[in-house]
This record gives sequence, C-alpha cells and structure tokens, in this order.
Amino acid sequence: MKKQIPLVLVTGFLLFNLPFNVFANTAEERGLAIAKEIDRRDTGWDDQKATLVMTLRNKHGDETNRENRMSSMEVKGEGDRSLIIFDTPKDVKGTAFLSHTHALESDDQWLLLPALKRVKRVSSSNKSGPFMGSEFAYEDISSQEVEKYSYKYLKDEVINGRDAFVIERFPAYKKSGYKRQLVWVDKEYYQPLKIDFYDRKNSHLKTLAYHDYKQYLGKYWRTSRMEMENHQTGKSTTLTWKKYEFKTGLKNRDFNKNALKRAR
Amino acid sequence: MLSTRRFKRLLPLMLLLSQSITLSLANEWTGNLSAETRGFAEKATLTDQSQFYGSISLHPEYYHEWENGVQSLTASVFARKSFQNESRSHIDLRELYWTFVSEDWELRVGVRKIFWGVTESQHLVDIVNQTDFVESFDGEEKLGQPMVNLAWIQDWGTLDLFILTGFRQREFPSSDARLRTELVINSDEALYESDQEKSHIDFAIRYSHVLGDWDIGLSLFYGTSREPRFELVNAGSNVKLVPYYDIINQTGLDVQATLENWLWKAESIYRNGMGENYIATTFGLEYSFYDIASTGLDIGLVTEHLYDSRQSTATNAFENDLMLGLRFALNDTQSTEALAGIIQDIDGEATVLSLEANRRIGDQIKITLEGYLFSHTDNQDLLYSFRNDDYVQLELGYFF
Repeated sequence: MKKQIPLVLVTGFLLFNLPFNVFANTAEERGLAIAKEIDRRDTGWDDQKATLVMTLRNKHGDETNRENRMSSMEVKGEGDRSLIIFDTPKDVKGTAFLSHTHALESDDQWLLLPALKRVKRVSSSNKSGPFMGSEFAYEDISSQEVEKYSYKYLKDEVINGRDAFVIERFPAYKKSGYKRQLVWVDKEYYQPLKIDFYDRKNSHLKTLAYHDYKQYLGKYWRTSRMEMENHQTGKSTTLTWKKYEFKTGLKNRDFNKNALKRAR
Repeated sequence: MLSTRRFKRLLPLMLLLSQSITLSLANEWTGNLSAETRGFAEKATLTDQSQFYGSISLHPEYYHEWENGVQSLTASVFARKSFQNESRSHIDLRELYWTFVSEDWELRVGVRKIFWGVTESQHLVDIVNQTDFVESFDGEEKLGQPMVNLAWIQDWGTLDLFILTGFRQREFPSSDARLRTELVINSDEALYESDQEKSHIDFAIRYSHVLGDWDIGLSLFYGTSREPRFELVNAGSNVKLVPYYDIINQTGLDVQATLENWLWKAESIYRNGMGENYIATTFGLEYSFYDIASTGLDIGLVTEHLYDSRQSTATNAFENDLMLGLRFALNDTQSTEALAGIIQDIDGEATVLSLEANRRIGDQIKITLEGYLFSHTDNQDLLYSFRNDDYVQLELGYFF
C-alpha cells in the first residue's frame, strides 16, 4: 500500500512557500510574486483613517506645513477609494479630494471647492504633477495596485540593518512621470523601505525613504514618516502620518459625491 | 437702511450660535478678512460714479457636529463695507442650517448655498440661490436661500427634493456704482406675478448620478424666477426701472464626460412663464496639458458656446457668444494660478476680456488680481452701459 501524504500537509507546504513558489523561476515571476505577497498581506484592513502633515522644504531649507486628513477603504476586485480633506493652508481649508482608484483604467476623481459649494469631476490624467506643491506626485500617494506595474526581482540586500528584496518595477499605466522605480521591500514587513524614482529620461529624479514602521491590529505595518528628496531641484517633502485608525466602519456611501459635498 | 434691518434679523441667530459655542467642544471657526481696491481706466459715463473704489469684507464661518457627524450645524455670514458705493455695503446670511445624515438619506433645514452645473462661463441650470449682484456682476456670488432639502441616496442615483421657503430678491447697484445700467434699478419696488410676492413657496427636484466617465444631472424647478424682467415706471419727471418677477417652470440638464485630458460639458434649460418659452444652452470643451516638461505647470484650454433661443430679446448678454479661456496652475508652494478669458458676441461685435490671477503669500494671506475689459459694445448690446467700465482690482485676503 502506497503511503499518501496528507492533503493538509501539501496545502500547508504550498501556503508556507507562497512568495517563492516553484513557479516563480524567472526574475519577472519572482518580482511579481513579491508584489502579490505585499498586496496579500495588506488585505483585509477594510478601511483606515489617518492625519498627515506635509512639510515642504525648498533648497534653502525654508519650511512650510500642510495638514490633511485622509480616509480610505478597500473595494474587493477594484482599486481602493480615498478621501483627502485639506485643513491648511487656511485659504484652501475644506477643499476635499475624492478618488476611486482603478488598476489600469484611469481613476475617477472629484474635487470639492467649498467657497462655491461646487463639486467638480476632474481629469485623472495628471499623474506626475506635484501634489499640493510637494515633491510627491499623485501617482506616488495613490493606491498601489499590483496590476499598475510590471516587475523584476534584482537581488537581496541589507539596508539600514534590515533584510530586503530589491525589485525593479515599470509603470503599466499611462502618463506616468517615471520610466522605472527601484523598490527595497522589507522581508518582515512586506512594505517598502526605500524607492528610487527614475524619470522618463531614466535619470535619478527622487528618493523616498520610509521610517518608523508600526504594526496595527497585529497585522498591518504602517510607516510613521516618509522622506521624499528631489535630486534635480534640491527640494524635499516630509510626510508625517498620525492617528491611524482601522476598521472604523466606513462604507461605499462615505466615498461618493454626496459624502464629498458634506466633507468637513 | 436695508443692511441694518438685515443685521437686526441676524442678531438673535448670532446669540444662539454664541450659546452653543460655550456648550460644545467641537465647534470650529474659520473665515477670511479682505481688503479690496478697484480702479477704472476711463472717466465715468454717469454722474455720481467714482474712479476708484475701496472696500473691506468679513466672511466668518462656523461649523459644529455631534453624534459622530450624524448631526451638524453650519453657519456663515458675509459682510462688506464699501467706502464709495452704497449698495455694495451689505450683509448677508449665506448659511445657517442643520444637517441630519442617515444611511441612505440626508435632511437639511435652514439657509443654504448650493451649486448645480458643470460649465464655467455661465450657470444656466443653477437656479436655487439668488445671484448676489451687488457683490459681483459676473453671477458667481450667491445669496443664502431658506429651504428644506431631503436627499435620497440610492445605487441608481441621488434624488434631491427642495422646498424653498421665501424668495430672496436681487439687489442692484446704486447710482454711485460703476458697472450698472444707465437707469438705476429700484429693487425696493419690485413687482411679482404671484400675489404672495416674496413669500411664495418654490419647489425643485434634482436627480444626479455618476455612470462611469459621465456625471449627469436633471432638474425641475417651479416658482419665482431668480432672474427678473424689468418695467419702465414713470415717477413724475423721472423714469425708473423696476424688477418684475415671473412664476416660471424650468427644466434643466447638465452633463459632463471626463475622458482622459478632455472634459466635455453641456448645460441646457427650457423655461416657460417668463415671456416667450425659450431654450438656452452652454456647450463646452476643456483640454488640459499636465506637468509640462516636468515643471509641474498645468495649462488648460477651455471653450464654450453660449446660446439663447430668444436671441436679441434675451434677458442676458449671451444669446450667441463664444468663450475662450486659458487656465494656468503652477502647482508651486504658493498655489499660483491664473485664468484669462474672452467672450465674443458672434452676431455683434461686443468683446469681454477678463484676467484673474492669485497667489498665496506665507501661510495665511492670498493676493488676487482681477481685470475686465469691455470693447466694441454697440448700443444694441446689453453690455453697452459697461463700455467705459474697464477696471483692475487688487484684493488681499487674510484667512483664519
């Protein structure tokens, strides 16, 4: 009688090895497998809220702050939905930005102009332009769906004392300002530690470093500080995240045009 | 005086607000204080008019929510003191309303400002609020409207029902103002088709929905027209213009398609009850170039065609006109923006040129430059009385 391996063990073995399964042979397959694992581990948080402070710094070191509140929710089979409300500068206070992300199709975006009480549908073709005058582009802060890039695994490397995979990714969506990005992915958090951005002429444009990861709900890793440096202009932006909240009960209904109209 | 009368009416409401402030913690005050100066290039056409005008304005806003945002109270007041123009010194309760938000409906009761529509050059569909004509002649500023509004939010769209309780009449520039008709319009003697005059209750319904790249809105309005017709009244040796407000029915449609860098926009109304029945439309296109040469600069090209089936008997100046606009956004730390526009009468020769540019200074001050030029306005055109009213305006606003 042939001894059969229990099915539980087989599936357990497969699951355990998921990011490096036997099919991930080529560098492209390994890169994609890592991206999928990043996505898989960051699924199930339902919705989240946070406040973020943007510190804009010019090349002389002069600083100015921008305060925002952001809420977002996961949508199964689609990209995330998010709402950003601007608190400062005071002249744009109450301006709010609603975004329905799609993997490859263009996102749906609406802007609330509070002085006019007007909600405007805006073009989402502006991917590479500065977000609120910062060194972050819209494409840097929008939801990172797996399908948005093609991938290539390059190597393993230790960065700031942490083990990381280095993958190269190439935007698959239209109107990106980048030819490619190098991403250092932490092997424990499955979150980026650093991203090097290369512009369309393939010269090194910006570097983004992620600091002070904290774990929430015993599962989800979130950065507390992101430092973006523009090597071509000498300008930089710090994004400080505070007051993370998860599973707050936000619904679809909190991310439509009506919700945008009453955003405060 | 009208403004003091309004102020007295506001006083109890202000007291009510200050009481709720002491009781709650989540209350929030914001607003702005602005100083504005306007200089006219040419000598005044009419007596009483000045060359330079200066004014200051205050616009405080209050917001308080409780029950985790299920209920909220919103209030804002706009007040301006002009040193040369009597009618422009005014105070208006822009908003004072209570909101209740439920799972699939929202109820709002009180004075509100709402906006309907998609186009830039004129707002045909936007009928709920009266235009604040002494504040701005371009129709962008609105007076607060008392109402009860129930919004029903479903997967198939949003249905808004409005009961508009009480009519706000349009105020017109006094004799010392520029940008006015030759005959001063006397709004205190306004005439109404309805015997109920200002207390006529108006109704509106709006359906709006998003279908992929398309944002659509369909609206019905029954009640007092926000836009008056005018009657010539002989008062002894003087002749004066008196506004006449009809009871109208208006059906409105607004559509925008957002296709990559293109925006396609259309607004159309069908109105009856105000002289002959008529149709008016605005059809527009907008194309934007983003992050030009990786500098962050955006340039948008806007064009709109304005049409009114009444042609020369139209009550506005845009019966067959073309608007071209150029929008710049630097996307810098100071949010520098500019909008240049031209409206050309296709049948006549009248041309209106406009420029608006603004930039933030520091974190709380915004500077705005605005200019208007009226040329080739022949005496058949409604813009004829603006022929010598080219101006440049500088505004400094402090935001808190």
